[in-house]
Amino acid sequence: MEITESKEYIADLSKRMRKEQRGLSRRRFFSNPALVAGAAIFVVLAALAALGPWLTSFDPYAMKVTERLKAPSALHLLGTDEFGRDLFTRLLYGARVSISVGLIVAALSSFLGLLIGVYASFYKTLDHVLMRICDGLVAIPGILLAIALMAALGASALNVVIALTIVFTPNIARVVRSSALVIKEQTYIEAMRAQGASNTRIIWAHIIPNTLSPLLVQATFVFAEAIISEAALSFLGAGIPAPEPSWGNILQASKLVIYKAWWMVVFPGVAIVLSVLSLNLLGDGLRDWLDPRVKGSGNGTKRKWRKA
Amino acid sequence: MLAYIAKRLLSLIPVLFVVTAALFLIIHITPGGPASSILGMEASAEEIAALNKELGLDGPILTQYTNWIGKVLQGDLGNSIFMKQSVAQAIKEHIGPTLSLAIIAQAIAIALAIPFGILAAYKRGTAADYTLMGVSLMGMAVPGFLLALFLVLLFGVKLQWLPVAGYAELGKGLGDHLKHLILPGISLGTIQAALIARMTRSSMLEVLNLNFIKTARSKGVTEAKVLFKHAFRNAFLPILTVLGQTFGTLVTGAVVVEGIFNIPGLGQLILNSIARRDYTVIQGVVLIVTLIYVVINLLIDLLYGVVDPRVRLDRK
Repeated sequence: MEITESKEYIADLSKRMRKEQRGLSRRRFFSNPALVAGAAIFVVLAALAALGPWLTSFDPYAMKVTERLKAPSALHLLGTDEFGRDLFTRLLYGARVSISVGLIVAALSSFLGLLIGVYASFYKTLDHVLMRICDGLVAIPGILLAIALMAALGASALNVVIALTIVFTPNIARVVRSSALVIKEQTYIEAMRAQGASNTRIIWAHIIPNTLSPLLVQATFVFAEAIISEAALSFLGAGIPAPEPSWGNILQASKLVIYKAWWMVVFPGVAIVLSVLSLNLLGDGLRDWLDPRVKGSGNGTKRKWRKA
Repeated sequence: MLAYIAKRLLSLIPVLFVVTAALFLIIHITPGGPASSILGMEASAEEIAALNKELGLDGPILTQYTNWIGKVLQGDLGNSIFMKQSVAQAIKEHIGPTLSLAIIAQAIAIALAIPFGILAAYKRGTAADYTLMGVSLMGMAVPGFLLALFLVLLFGVKLQWLPVAGYAELGKGLGDHLKHLILPGISLGTIQAALIARMTRSSMLEVLNLNFIKTARSKGVTEAKVLFKHAFRNAFLPILTVLGQTFGTLVTGAVVVEGIFNIPGLGQLILNSIARRDYTVIQGVVLIVTLIYVVINLLIDLLYGVVDPRVRLDRK
């Protein structure tokens, strides 16, 4: 009788504690201005990208010679480009390309970096081999490596994703490895081992879940860097090929008409800055949210690799 | 110290091995091989074989790599496929503007970042601090090439104060040289300044909380002296690290920005080479820039010991 009562009591207590915990983390979410602002801006941008086709009546590829390089007006909200295509429409469709390239690169390099980092932290020989490869790839300045890869692979959206994943995976692997090395030495891992748990079980059931928060923070910054890098590559003509719109290749076209059409520089530029800014804020905020021990976000150490 | 330098140089060997192997392999992942992509669809098998031989792309892949690396070690980066000159010669002709631009940008970055970083730390929690940090947050979200476009729009198109394209060699007068590099320098420099200012601020904040600062103040040392002599000197090491890293990114950032201002540097060389599929030049430029980057970071690490004698590099 007593035992069941105390069981119920514990179940009730843990339910209340979990609820309290949720309430606490909700309050900490909303008391974190960077996180809220970053998330809000990004959600708006992502919604614009997702709903793009329903927000405009223009075709992003339809050229109209009489409407070339028209300034912003009621008809063309953000003006038209050098082929008379509606810039607002091109930016909406470009957002789909730029944001999804960034998202896929962040997801792929997180996944690969997680596997490489965690397994490197467990197996010495593998560690030596993998980390030397990562050291070498990190030593090549990112945008140059991406340019060289794009030159060999040829310009296309898929190849941008491949090139940028190769560029960003080593960075993630290093971050994951260093946090996995710390977790590996914890007492509870030793206890698992004493109970006879295999490496595979320890890795998948305990190490990987515990590396997820630093990984998520890092992935947010990679997302932002990937958007910048895609824009830079497309701007150089080695990224998303025309006529498919991306923020970078709209800027590339704007370079030639900069004397006549300021709107072609300013609006895609603002789109890039807003998305990168929101992701940076989100990353800063997530770090404070997920790890309450880190106070404030005022240090510049988080972005050790800036690409362009 | 010597032992440390030797150790660091030795640790560079695997890094450089991976770098060279990666750059070597990049040529080989070209769909259909580089020769056919250079010559186009109509090229005959003989033509392709001849070009492969010329490029050193015949024979087993390991032999190709050892041949290439052997030549690279002797300073021979091969010949450009399109230009009638060696890759080394092409790099020599184009490296000047890039380095010049990187140095000017770094100077601008330091001149902006360090005073403002110190100010933000000193005025911590005030409106000045929040403004500066807000601006730097914006700065970190703007890619260099985008700021360059905005600056061209503002100073070149609207105000028409500065030339928006072209380059004047240093030999033909410093004034003209600077005039052409000031806009690209600002666009690269201010972006780096955002990062350096944040680092300066956080590093200064850490030091300003230490007891010896309180001691200095209670002894009656003037605030300026406390800030610059006591605090800044001790906060300098992390800043130095960031300076090293940003110099590397400046050289690469220059690659993108040079195209906008039509500066005949390494960036333009590599972009033209991409358009012409001149793989040997791409390989060579990326290799050289990586080397510069690696060497600068090594030098920065060695400087630690000079800046702060407490740092003993040769002991773990």
